[in-house]
Amino acid sequence: MSQDLMFLTETVISGLMAGVMYSLVALGFVLIFKASGVFNFAQGVMCLFAALTLVGLMETFDLPGWVAVILTVAVMAGVAWIIEWAVLRHLVNQDPIILFMATIGLAYVLEGVGDLVWGSDVKVLNLGIPQGAWDWGLDNLNLYVEKLEIVAAVTAGLLVAVLAIFFQKTRVGRALRAVADDHQAALSVGISLRSIWVIVWTVAGIVALVAGVMWGSKSGVQFSLSLIALKALPVLILGGFTSVPGAIIGGLIIGVGEKLAEVYVGPFVGGAIENWFAYMLALAFLLFRPQGLFGEKIIERV
Amino acid sequence: MARQPIGDVLLKADNISLSFGGVKALSNISFDVREHELAAIIGPNGAGKSSMLNVINGFYHPQQGQITFKGQTRSRMKVHQAAVQGIARTFQNIALFKGMSVLDNLMTGRNLKMHSTMLEQAVYWGRARREELEHRGKVEEIIDFLNLESVRKTPVGRLPYGIQKRVELGRALAAEPSLLLLDEPMAGMNLEEKEDMCRFVLDVNEEFGTTIVLIEHDMGVVMDISDRVTVLDYGRLLAVGTPDEVRNNQEVIDAYLGVAND
Repeated sequence: MSQDLMFLTETVISGLMAGVMYSLVALGFVLIFKASGVFNFAQGVMCLFAALTLVGLMETFDLPGWVAVILTVAVMAGVAWIIEWAVLRHLVNQDPIILFMATIGLAYVLEGVGDLVWGSDVKVLNLGIPQGAWDWGLDNLNLYVEKLEIVAAVTAGLLVAVLAIFFQKTRVGRALRAVADDHQAALSVGISLRSIWVIVWTVAGIVALVAGVMWGSKSGVQFSLSLIALKALPVLILGGFTSVPGAIIGGLIIGVGEKLAEVYVGPFVGGAIENWFAYMLALAFLLFRPQGLFGEKIIERV
Repeated sequence: MARQPIGDVLLKADNISLSFGGVKALSNISFDVREHELAAIIGPNGAGKSSMLNVINGFYHPQQGQITFKGQTRSRMKVHQAAVQGIARTFQNIALFKGMSVLDNLMTGRNLKMHSTMLEQAVYWGRARREELEHRGKVEEIIDFLNLESVRKTPVGRLPYGIQKRVELGRALAAEPSLLLLDEPMAGMNLEEKEDMCRFVLDVNEEFGTTIVLIEHDMGVVMDISDRVTVLDYGRLLAVGTPDEVRNNQEVIDAYLGVAND
């Protein structure tokens, strides 16, 4: 393999890995949007909050990682229940924009509570995920891949597989899809909207925890973690707001796209393409294919 | 199979009044439905038929009056609890889960009959798997019953209107309800589809002994298949009786044909 080809491979792989990290965040948005039609502005902060809680529990009570993870899942379920009780149930049948505004408020509350309980200093998250680069020697050429990113990719794969089975094969999964399709009909077969909302926010909280762990292990647990939500937006626009595979593939396309653009186009325009490439791509999609790659086409009958 | 004889009162509506703002949708409506009966509610457009169904179903809470179902007078209940008590329904404008297959739509009807925990379902193991298969069997029976075999795996959004109506009936049946509410099951159908649907409704009543309350516009259909008919007009109760009694009731004739005022 030539040097150039090797370099291209390495760029693509690192792009794919970065893409997986974006997908993890986007997944949380898709779950909530699918089941309740709410664009959850607080998803990024939920990642931060989950990671903060995890680190906080490990540091404060000196717990082993797996115990802390289980406790954090329980905390996220509690948060979901409180959100339903304090916010969602009072806003049934309101316009999506009102629910969206409510989630902005939610984002600030969660952020504040996180700060208040666990403090605002940067924390190191060490769950025992291998760090450093994995060096794959081949014909005297070296391929470097971050170990953390491999773990993230495998985890994301598992998560998506479990979610797919959950949605397709189980009673609760079916109820979730039913609620997403038609509230009235769901009620008529005895599905309680409220319990479905608690479940869906809990699942989104677990996904946020996974994303928070991966990003937190990479760059420390700090406020900026909540801003990864901004990277998830173009992923959603690309993949479609309602598609789980869309979130994954959208993430991968953006990950690879921005790495390739940075390496091959960057030198001609003075670099830093990585920072805005995703948004340009999203803009192009909004113009030509607003429903995204896998989203449902919006047809409104008048 | 012989039809089960009509039994005791299953559902009783007492002096139901319902208004939206200043609009009176229902005023002082009382009637009852007996076990294994096929009861119809008819009336011109805007008579309050669907409102009545929504009251029975718990979607609307009447300002006055009460509903007694299976001997229990209902206080204000949560909407999804009607299904828990054994009331299933279809909608005037089809309300199916359009992205899901026929099979999955019917499986949602079994929702309340499945009891495995979230954890079991998450790993799809043991009880969750057994339950899924068992209920799948029941759903397949209903699919056979309604001749839906050929579209079992098709997303319902792609099916023609008449078939979608049938799937909706199937979803309601999957819950094995003790009371089945049908909101204009034959609306918008051609003659052949109407005949099919009539057949299915009668079969459900005969074979499963299900009590049915049916709203229908088509007088011919109603008179043919129902045991008793309740007639509403402008939210008032006009008449209750057998099809023959109702057919000969002067007030009903006036409401349907109009009265000469001179």
